[in-house]
Amino acid sequence: MNSETVDPGSEHGIQNWVVEIVVAVGLFALGAIVAYNSWLLGAGWRDDGPGAGYFPFYIGVLICISSALVGFGAIKPAGRDGKVFVTYEQLKRVLTVLLPTLAFVIGVQFLGIYVGSVLFIAGFMIWVGKYHWAKSALIALAVMAIAFLMFEVWFKVPLFKGTYNPLHFLGY
Amino acid sequence: MAELSSLFHGFAVVLSPFNLMLMMIGIVLGVLIGVLPGLGGANGVAILLPLTFSMPPTSAIILLSCIYWGALFGGAITSVLFNIPGEPWSVATTFDGYPMAQQGRAGEALTAAFTSSFVGALFAVLMITFLAPLVAKFALKFGPPEFFAVYLLTFCSFVGMGKGSPMKILASMMLGFALAAVGMDTVTGQLRLTFGMPDLMRGFDFLIAVIGLFGIGEILLSMEEGLKFSGSTARINTRIVIETWKKLPKYWMTSIRSTLIGCWMGITPGGATPASFMSYGIAKKMSPNGDRFGKGEVEGVIAPETAAHAAGTSALLPMLALGIPGSPTAAVLLGGLLIWGLQPGPLLFVEKPDFVWGLIASMYLGNIAGLIVVLTSVPLFASILRVPFAIIAPVIIAICAIGAYTVHNAMLDVWFMLGFGVVGYVFKKLDYPLAPLVLAVVLGDRAEDSFRQSMLLSQGSMTILWSNWLVGSITTLALVLLVWPLVARVLQSLKGMAGGSSAAAARGTPEHR
Repeated sequence: MNSETVDPGSEHGIQNWVVEIVVAVGLFALGAIVAYNSWLLGAGWRDDGPGAGYFPFYIGVLICISSALVGFGAIKPAGRDGKVFVTYEQLKRVLTVLLPTLAFVIGVQFLGIYVGSVLFIAGFMIWVGKYHWAKSALIALAVMAIAFLMFEVWFKVPLFKGTYNPLHFLGY
Repeated sequence: MAELSSLFHGFAVVLSPFNLMLMMIGIVLGVLIGVLPGLGGANGVAILLPLTFSMPPTSAIILLSCIYWGALFGGAITSVLFNIPGEPWSVATTFDGYPMAQQGRAGEALTAAFTSSFVGALFAVLMITFLAPLVAKFALKFGPPEFFAVYLLTFCSFVGMGKGSPMKILASMMLGFALAAVGMDTVTGQLRLTFGMPDLMRGFDFLIAVIGLFGIGEILLSMEEGLKFSGSTARINTRIVIETWKKLPKYWMTSIRSTLIGCWMGITPGGATPASFMSYGIAKKMSPNGDRFGKGEVEGVIAPETAAHAAGTSALLPMLALGIPGSPTAAVLLGGLLIWGLQPGPLLFVEKPDFVWGLIASMYLGNIAGLIVVLTSVPLFASILRVPFAIIAPVIIAICAIGAYTVHNAMLDVWFMLGFGVVGYVFKKLDYPLAPLVLAVVLGDRAEDSFRQSMLLSQGSMTILWSNWLVGSITTLALVLLVWPLVARVLQSLKGMAGGSSAAAARGTPEHR
């Protein structure tokens, strides 16, 4: 969206062309894997029609071609326009969302979506938003209580309860 | 006139109390989704899709399509008041909407935005009413080669009409096709690209991709900006609405032009976002007040909003008539049809007329209801944006996780959602477009099926794509669109050489604005 809006004064960060090349190399590798696997499956014509790998093989090849062209475009000196992909300041802000989200997804495996979400929302409000713990807990509980009513009770869509299922006592 | 009687039958279907209630809920939820960062039309509908599994399909599609209309309206609120486009298609609305709000004309800007959205949508619905049955009737004659040609046209027009690097569009689209290929092959039953992981047998669901790319990715982007909301307050009262309405007829030319651009971009899957930019650009060139654009010109709000809504609405035409969606949100709705057990495509008009005409009737009523809701409740929705991000962000992430889980009741999908979120963030920053990726994930299998069926028919010869005038002309049109950026670049560099400076064209990707 507004990727060009860079904070003035904090120009230090990861260069755009570096990320551009990393992504292009990643895509190229992915394309190569897709093409190779499709080749193994049978990318040619078989007696009953095109093989299972026929279509994906060319998809893989096209990924390789397009990512290679994007990558070479970024390597060229003209591609190194000094544009910053993300400043360290911005990266820190992004990580303050991304890392807790990662912890949330791991936590949900054990505690289930309801308990995991309550802890995540409350924790995020306390650590990042610097809210009082009581207010944070109240909001988190209220949001997930609504979700619980909506999914389990009204629409009868059961959500993941986790390996330890702490909400076992509710009988859902 | 068979359409009219069918349409009235559709109104009868919609006008049951239950469906009307769903419509209002949908609109309000939709505006809410459009206002909140990280929740948009596509992933909002994707998250709520599992809740509709137990509803009758007609009620379900009314609810979901009304969420879509609501989101289209809601995007304008944040653009005008906060200079934050709630949706990608309302970016162009910020250009003139926000300056107007700063001058204390927020009410006027919002009224103009909502009204022109409504006008654009209304014309698009009228077009769907009369054109969709014809297209569907025509499409009943389609065989696999014709369908493949239409898919080809869809994807080629992304490359040809998209703004930005064609290679990035291609890479993004092919990544989508590759993701779609993962899992069981529908023809031979072989497992493809699963690398021995049983969980991958199911393949990647595009709903997960949509929730991750648009939801989590958007949250990460918003966080990066630091998100200091500094909004204007909006007062809309009857007097402002009526005064603005008095002014609007003056801009009838802009409205008509923007509607046409929108309808065209919606049917060919250019989508609402490029339509709004194109319409803004053309209005700026054509208007006598062109030089005042960007400083708070009403016309600069009317043009993109009309086009975005016309495009967003007409994107449902190819979805209904051909089973090929014109936008990510239409793709999600299409996914809904499949889950409810309906086969999208031309036969839908014959087999499920109640459903089709109920949906079309709900487009009329939904847009009227939407206009009333947004005009009366802007302050309420604007106040939601004042809820601090530290509360909104974790709630939205939790909602996204719930949405991702409920699609298949699989925790692995929540991991995929997180992965797609990071991909969405990086892709968006590098200008890899996300819409072609999503549409390729949705349509990948069916495009492949039609391709393989065509190849079976012709024993492997590509000439089947030119075997009759119909399929031949679609294929040719697709290829012309595909090479269009190349042609444009050559023309540009020729022009550049004539002017003596080819430097601009050397690295330049043609800008289609």
